[in-house]
Amino acid sequence: MARYSTNEFKAGLKIMLDQDPCAIIENEFIKPGKGQAFSRVKIRNLKNGRVIERTFKSGESVEGADVMDIDVQYLYNDGEFWHFMEPESFDQYQADSNAVADVVKWLKEQDICTMTLWNDSPLSVAPPNFVELAVAETDPGLKGDTSGGGGKPATMESGAVVRVPLFIQIGEMIRIDTRTGEYVSRVKD
Amino acid sequence: MPETWKPTADIQLLRLRAQLLTTIRAFFAEKLVLEVETPLLCSATGTDPQLDFFASFYHCEPENKEMFLQTSPEFAMKRLLAAGSGSIYQVCKAFRNAEIGRFHNPEFSILEWYRVGFTLDQLMDEVAELVAKVKGRPLGRVNKISYKEVFEQVTGLNPLVFSQKTYAEYAIKNEIKDAILLCGDDHSMWLDFIFSYKVQPSLENQKLCMVYGYPAIQSSLARINNSNPLVSDRFEVFIDGIEIGNGFFELSDAVEQEQRFDLENQDRQRKGLRVIEKDEKFLAALRSGLPDCSGVAIGLDRLLMSISKTKSLDDVIAFPFERA
Repeated sequence: MARYSTNEFKAGLKIMLDQDPCAIIENEFIKPGKGQAFSRVKIRNLKNGRVIERTFKSGESVEGADVMDIDVQYLYNDGEFWHFMEPESFDQYQADSNAVADVVKWLKEQDICTMTLWNDSPLSVAPPNFVELAVAETDPGLKGDTSGGGGKPATMESGAVVRVPLFIQIGEMIRIDTRTGEYVSRVKD
Repeated sequence: MPETWKPTADIQLLRLRAQLLTTIRAFFAEKLVLEVETPLLCSATGTDPQLDFFASFYHCEPENKEMFLQTSPEFAMKRLLAAGSGSIYQVCKAFRNAEIGRFHNPEFSILEWYRVGFTLDQLMDEVAELVAKVKGRPLGRVNKISYKEVFEQVTGLNPLVFSQKTYAEYAIKNEIKDAILLCGDDHSMWLDFIFSYKVQPSLENQKLCMVYGYPAIQSSLARINNSNPLVSDRFEVFIDGIEIGNGFFELSDAVEQEQRFDLENQDRQRKGLRVIEKDEKFLAALRSGLPDCSGVAIGLDRLLMSISKTKSLDDVIAFPFERA
């Protein structure tokens, strides 16, 4: 894998740090007029999502991380692994619970997700921005209430719990923004 | 795709720049300080290992001479001073390789001036006067504080006496533990790290602050203080915590100057950097006699950022490096 000098650091660059693949969020060049130049870098650890700050001597180089994002279709869960397929090559990937993490609650078969691969193995999975899921469980709504005010919790077929308007019933399909976890609308057939 | 032919700076900011230059020229005209020009393209450059330069070749067979874009007009201006110019100033471009960021552009504008017979303190006062003038309003109290005092206030560490152990303990307690590996036993690098991360941010709420008495190991081209050999007669100018300029009571001893060049070249060798031929014309000028003087360089682009309250050099430079 290529090495990158601090001069090439920019948002989005993937590098190895303490044996973990990381993504650069921000790089600030610091240099007193008469003095040592530093790069002060904000970095996200792609394994655990934690953001840390690191300082490098300007010009220092670090190893790049072989990380890439691909679009995959979610197939099924076999109890231990979650299986995905790249729809053009039909390449299949199995992701463990570390990679899938809490995204599992949004996964619906056949949905297209973004998978981050590190050395060709699944590192993490991101759900689509919007998913359409059936309501598996919720308290019976009040008849005639279409105002949407107040709301109530509803459990989706995938396990996610979302706050929905009172008129939503079990079995209905709803649209959810996975970035905020919020109800967007009812899906009409 | 942004339209890269366009300036990044608002036209209004370019007007402000023109106005700034007019004010500066009027300021020095009134004080009878002479405006001068010196070459941007020079046959020699400085030895400072922290300054990377641009080099190019003059092709005129059989001569194929290496030339350097100046990193500052200092050597040439001191040659004028040694030749009897009296107090002088210059507005020019300076070039520093591989320096880029919100506060750095590899090509930038400098205002540099020298006052014959001025002490460092007198020059600091004149800097404050100029800043008030270009800002168009009185600054109120100008804070002058010694490097040792501000460093101790913020960190509790003595910047003049190095203790790797004490510095490392401070780094661990104050979330800059990267400094331990990076700086090792390099006192000067420790000072740069701690000053940049901890001391400088503490100056953010001060409109204008001048820090004087830099440690002797960071004397650059300043004289060592007469009464304290651990301190140099050098100051830095900070506006809202941003470094705007650097001033010296100028070293005039040619022998000491040459020794500093040699030491910096040895440092370059240790760091695997190219050894630089000493600027003999500059050394000859010092040998012939540089009058006692103080000089300062101000980064005009950063000053303009401060005046216009903008966030990045891109806001005040028409065509920064990426669009040059």
